[in-house]
Amino acid sequence: MVAQVEAAETELLDALRAGQEAAFEALVREYHASIVRVARIYVSNRATAEEVAQETWLAVLNGLDRFEGRSSLRTWIFRILTNIARTRAQRDARSVPFSAVGDPSGEPVVDPDRFAPAGERWAGHWKSYPDRWDTLPEARLIGDETMERIQAAIDRLPPTQRQVITLRDVDGWSSEEVCSAMEISETNQRVLLHRARSKVRQALEAYLGQD
Amino acid sequence: MLISEDLTCQELVELVTEYLEGGLSSTDRDRFEQHIVLCDGCAVYLEQMRTTISLTGSLTEEAIPAETQAGLLGLFRDWKQG
Repeated sequence: MVAQVEAAETELLDALRAGQEAAFEALVREYHASIVRVARIYVSNRATAEEVAQETWLAVLNGLDRFEGRSSLRTWIFRILTNIARTRAQRDARSVPFSAVGDPSGEPVVDPDRFAPAGERWAGHWKSYPDRWDTLPEARLIGDETMERIQAAIDRLPPTQRQVITLRDVDGWSSEEVCSAMEISETNQRVLLHRARSKVRQALEAYLGQD
Repeated sequence: MLISEDLTCQELVELVTEYLEGGLSSTDRDRFEQHIVLCDGCAVYLEQMRTTISLTGSLTEEAIPAETQAGLLGLFRDWKQG
């Protein structure tokens, strides 16, 4: 698997160095949206993030001959991006990146009313169990409307939670990659991810529970 | 963190991500799993979280606007010409 990925990457790099437009287009399709999202962690608006992305692509192209494959292409691209985004944020005098620490995280992820209250025999246990989803018709579970609900739930999240869940669960980044791009600790990352996933689950539960 | 032996459902739901991320110590993981084996409600909850993660992973990327794509292609052509 790793060897296959490496072979595909080497092929892509050769094509890029040879100036093949299709190779560059494939790379843009794969990474541009994530690049803009990560840039948004550092800079204040979408237009600036697009400029940072543009600058990143140019730096990637100019650095191609120096790229030795000691890290994955993705890691290398995002290292270039975070350097550019940081410089840009400093120039714009924005504190970088905005801290995840201020995120209110003491709130329970499931409504306390769902559990038996303290003092009762089954204190802290489910009053009634959540519904199984594996018995739902597949068409409903993976339908367009379900996807829209998930997207809407993500859009409503506080920015740091939204970034973590998007990078981890939508873009498939590892926790190390997210921590380094967002400059947050492993613990912080996990707290943000937990809150984000729990809220998406809650939105799904509300939707899938309707008849 | 050390999970007490009488882990409640309300406590368990707060530990799901830590469990899925492999962040629990082996003792804590055992207690978490023992609870799941005995509690249908929490087993369903954990399954719901797993489904949530996999559904989130199947969201489709919004397409890159044609204008942006054209701009980047222009960048590539300029670079190619050195």
